[in-house]
Amino acid sequence: MATHAAFMPGAVTEKQSVLVSWLTTVDHKRIGILYGTSAFTFFLIGGIEALIMRLQLAVPDNTVVSAQLFNELFTMHGTTMVFLAIMPMSAAFFNYMIPLMIGARDVAFPRLNALSYWIFLAGGLLLHASFVFGSVPDGGWFGYANLTTKQFSPGHSIDFWILGLQILGISSMLAGFNFIVTIINMRAPGMTLMRMPLFIWMSFVVQFLVVLAFPAITVGLILLMFDRFFGTLFYAPAAGGDPLLWQHLFWIFGHPEVYILILPAMGIVSEVLPTFARKPLFGAPVVIYSGIMIGFFGFGVWSHHMFSVGMGPVADSAFSIATMLIAVPTGVKILNWIATLWGGSIRFTSALYFALGFIAMFTMGGLSGVMHASPPVDLQQTDTYFVVAHFHYVLFGGSIFGLAAGAYYWWPKITGRVLDERLGKLHFWLMLIGFNVTFFPQHYLGLIGMPRRIYTYAPDLGWNFWNLVSSIGAFTIALSFLVFIVNVVKTMRAGAPAGPDPWDGRTLEWSIPSPPPVYNFAVVPAVQDRDDFWLQKYGDEHGGKPRKAPAPRPEDIAAIHMPPPSYWPILLAGGLLFMLAGALVSIYQVILGGLLTLFCMYRFALEYHRPRAGGGHHG
Amino acid sequence: MSAQAAEHAVHDPNLGITGLDHRKMGMWAFLGSECMFFGSLIGTYMSYKGKSLTGPTPHEIFNIPLTSVSAFVLLMSSVWMVLALNYLRLNNMRWAKFWILMTALFGAWFVGNQVYEFAEFVHEGLTLQTSLFGSTFFVLTGFHGAHVTGGVIWLLSLWALALMGKLGPEDYLKVEIAGLYWHFVDIVWIAIFTLVYLIP
Repeated sequence: MATHAAFMPGAVTEKQSVLVSWLTTVDHKRIGILYGTSAFTFFLIGGIEALIMRLQLAVPDNTVVSAQLFNELFTMHGTTMVFLAIMPMSAAFFNYMIPLMIGARDVAFPRLNALSYWIFLAGGLLLHASFVFGSVPDGGWFGYANLTTKQFSPGHSIDFWILGLQILGISSMLAGFNFIVTIINMRAPGMTLMRMPLFIWMSFVVQFLVVLAFPAITVGLILLMFDRFFGTLFYAPAAGGDPLLWQHLFWIFGHPEVYILILPAMGIVSEVLPTFARKPLFGAPVVIYSGIMIGFFGFGVWSHHMFSVGMGPVADSAFSIATMLIAVPTGVKILNWIATLWGGSIRFTSALYFALGFIAMFTMGGLSGVMHASPPVDLQQTDTYFVVAHFHYVLFGGSIFGLAAGAYYWWPKITGRVLDERLGKLHFWLMLIGFNVTFFPQHYLGLIGMPRRIYTYAPDLGWNFWNLVSSIGAFTIALSFLVFIVNVVKTMRAGAPAGPDPWDGRTLEWSIPSPPPVYNFAVVPAVQDRDDFWLQKYGDEHGGKPRKAPAPRPEDIAAIHMPPPSYWPILLAGGLLFMLAGALVSIYQVILGGLLTLFCMYRFALEYHRPRAGGGHHG
Repeated sequence: MSAQAAEHAVHDPNLGITGLDHRKMGMWAFLGSECMFFGSLIGTYMSYKGKSLTGPTPHEIFNIPLTSVSAFVLLMSSVWMVLALNYLRLNNMRWAKFWILMTALFGAWFVGNQVYEFAEFVHEGLTLQTSLFGSTFFVLTGFHGAHVTGGVIWLLSLWALALMGKLGPEDYLKVEIAGLYWHFVDIVWIAIFTLVYLIP
């Protein structure tokens, strides 16, 4: 035990540099911060790509970028925002908050958690290395075969995209296994499934979507990789291959993916609203069931992305009905959120502003989504800016607003300082106005016939004015995030100290100091309710008395044993990156990387197989 | 296991509130995603079945007796896996080691048969690039073979640990998890053998 003194509170004595301590950390809170900062960086990159596109489209016949560069920009913008911004931002909250909200001291597999992060970073870096080598992916974020086969996409651009996505898929699936086990197995005593906070429930559904949906795109990408590297014929129409195979495999993944992107935001909003309305979530069990329903139906609607390929009336009808059906549990949730606010004593904080923005914007995105559920309507709208407007209302108006609510809500817990409320509200209003100015006109542009993915347009089509408006809106959004960055810097320098419970919170994360100690809970709580911390503070109306948590004794804290850092997650991720990048270089690098990966896997697996004398026992 | 589990509950950081070990639950989650992985590959094979523009066709080329032997060998290896676990629990390391090795060797036998089968098919003019049948067949069965190979390496690693005296009844769970994986790969073969080889 003595060897791990560095991880006991107040006993940081080991000579380990700050950098190494971050590279080898297995602490879920630090990994959460790593995910959050990396994701925000990629979000800025994706945002800059969007700004360049809007600059190009601001006026007709513009020449800021070439057609080829425009293709690269929208491909990288979509891929980055989906896989490198929204998913890892959600992962940041999963990592940081899931153990805190279920009363655990870490995730089930701390080293695997670190491995997920480093593999994610490897995937992001490989994808962006394409800029360095001048062959940027240009096949769209859904990379339709056979456009992406060797015949139409020679060169390495699509290879970067395939390999990058494969690596990111591995990362997401490893994290998925980890969080499934964490949520089932690591709950504090008394926290039954129905007492789990809503954010935990929505995250739980997301993990099942991840582990069941990603294999489909993995197979799709493997087949594409074989077509490109080994000359197989999966997507070769000349040999009888069917390009629809890719579309099915991609969207079997792709539709659950949109719920992977939105459900965490729904979970965040379901935490923020009760806190600031000082009321329990209205009909919480129904919100849980509807989340499960969304996850379940999410696997049965993928072909509504493919109405225009002509699947026939039977398939069209089935997928149309399923798609309309999935709007029901979504609508139920919206009703519950609004009913939570009804009669509450509402405090209008920045977090609540963003949560309300989420409800309004997501509802609008949902409404245009139901319109696409009807095949005849969809045929009019597909591949137009109407669709662009729709999915930005659900992914930006939904996911990003929800994640921003989470950032303002949990920032004090993570950093110990409260973000400035005035700047927060300025951020909100700029973002809300900028967002609507950008994307609302795109509905109209789509309906009057402007197609997606065009790099410029003629001046006499009647699209000029609204494109200019849309571009002005995009820069307003950029300004809003500048305000956010200023807010963050200002808060880091001289923010108001948060204290453990700045919002008068309801769930367990607010019962411990901000930022939490490395072991999270000095005493693992015994949970009696979904809003357990609220009950601890105020009791309930049925005569339940407030429970004052006993002050932790030093010997309790001294007995807590946290896992030590490990070098193997980052080295294993490095080996994997080296191996897969070898596919673009030479077979020898693949073999060498494979051996390196295998070696790291052995060291990883056997690190605690037989603890050395005095080393204690770790999982 | 539950009695053992309760005994270790205080100390074991891998034991969850449900009484199940984290690692075992993690393996089940992994196998769930593997179902979707092989489901997608098998679905691809089935949707391209009979759509090849050139030969050779499956039933000109399949060597059903050989593949039946392969299937039997892989099924038997699952039995050896059960025996290995049984002797490990009884702390009979001699037989535990023997059956772990036998499981691995039968897995290697299966892979060897597959390598022979692939070589024969290439010799008869079916390659990855010949037709849709060639592409789908080699990729599907090849990924299954890669899974078996991974399992063989895993089992041989456990066997090596046992030879070094670093595997005992206290590691039951680690061997059991390898066994779960092994049985899963075996079950996938039953699906592939039936759908690809047996159904005309």
